[in-house]
Amino acid sequence: MGDARKVLIDPLVDNNPVTLQVLGICSALAVTTSLLPALLMCVALTAVAALSTAAISSIRNRIPNNIRIIVHMTIIASFVIIVDQLLRAYAFETSKQLSVFVGLIITNCIVLGRAEAFAMKNGVGLSFLDGLGNGLGYSVILIIVATIRELTGAGTLLGYPILPLVSDGGWYEANGLMLLPPSAFFIIGLLIWGVRSWRTAQAEHPDYRIHQVHRTEVL
Amino acid sequence: MADYLNLFIQAAFVENLALAFFLGMCTFLAVSKRVETAIGLGAAVVVIQIITVPANYVIYTFLLQEGALAWAGLPDVDLSFLGLVVYIGVIAALVQILEMTLDKYFPKLYNALGIFLPLITVNCAILGGTLFMVERNYDFGETLVFGFGSGFGWALALIGLAGIREKLKYSDVPVGLQGLGITFIIVGLMSLSFMGFSGIKL
Repeated sequence: MGDARKVLIDPLVDNNPVTLQVLGICSALAVTTSLLPALLMCVALTAVAALSTAAISSIRNRIPNNIRIIVHMTIIASFVIIVDQLLRAYAFETSKQLSVFVGLIITNCIVLGRAEAFAMKNGVGLSFLDGLGNGLGYSVILIIVATIRELTGAGTLLGYPILPLVSDGGWYEANGLMLLPPSAFFIIGLLIWGVRSWRTAQAEHPDYRIHQVHRTEVL
Repeated sequence: MADYLNLFIQAAFVENLALAFFLGMCTFLAVSKRVETAIGLGAAVVVIQIITVPANYVIYTFLLQEGALAWAGLPDVDLSFLGLVVYIGVIAALVQILEMTLDKYFPKLYNALGIFLPLITVNCAILGGTLFMVERNYDFGETLVFGFGSGFGWALALIGLAGIREKLKYSDVPVGLQGLGITFIIVGLMSLSFMGFSGIKL
């Protein structure tokens, strides 16, 4: 059972798909202006990741190696269509806000990356947990970013006012920049900095280093 | 004509796929270490975008849209739910065809683009372009302009970032911020500067 636990928990911090593997950020940022669409996006991506890795793993021995990417894409796309149709049926307003980003789960590198790197070599159960874990790892980042952006940008969480705005007689001046695209980049950048200062093993080594120069000739 | 020019500016600068919609981020961050490779990938994306967006437009209008199959005697059929799987198939197929064509007739260009061509299939900027085209109901002319504009804007952002990162090696970045962290901050600043284009209309 140790294996299963590790596969599920590892992607949350130690091997987070967003901050360490740099995967799946494409959609991660666009839907985080408020918490509700971000939560919905998390559910959608986690479901697609878990189901498609399990499905791919179950037929992994029958997929011809040279067309495997197309097979993966078709399986993932089918699950995305199911999720998309479900969202449109039961959460129409929020799915309008998510606009094209649900469809873009197809090209989300997390899903394809896990299919390629894990599901092709492991059993159905483990692959399902791996997809679930990576989906949750992505969700953690998304929820953190969305919470920060909605709280500081609009003073609300899930639409409920938390910080009373100046315009409503409170004390908090909403920071409009937090709702614009650049803030998402800054938050993720700082988040990565934080995680890497905490887990120093994740820090990247610079390609170039500035040396203290004592002599001017070329060494 | 002015409409098309406006749409181009809108697609390339104001609603830049990379900096305003975060599309194609994975490749954007991975392939922006050197200007030369960035130019190669940027050119490939522009070409693919010009081909795939109009191709998907044609497929959507004449096969998938509600009532589009009227010419085949099936006026009530709505296949638009199949869109996602069809678009990604079209993109994968066109990338493959372009790869083979380049390999046969322009081997130099093919070698220069190298591994970037197949990677483009999974670039969200390409699929995103198609999905935006469908969502915004562009007509054929607008689709052409949008395809070119969005690809051009993405390439511009990529090459700009690569230029900055080449200079970055002279700077002293804190340990935890090395690599990915500082790149995100830079992209944020670039995104901020591209927002300065908003409101431009001709």
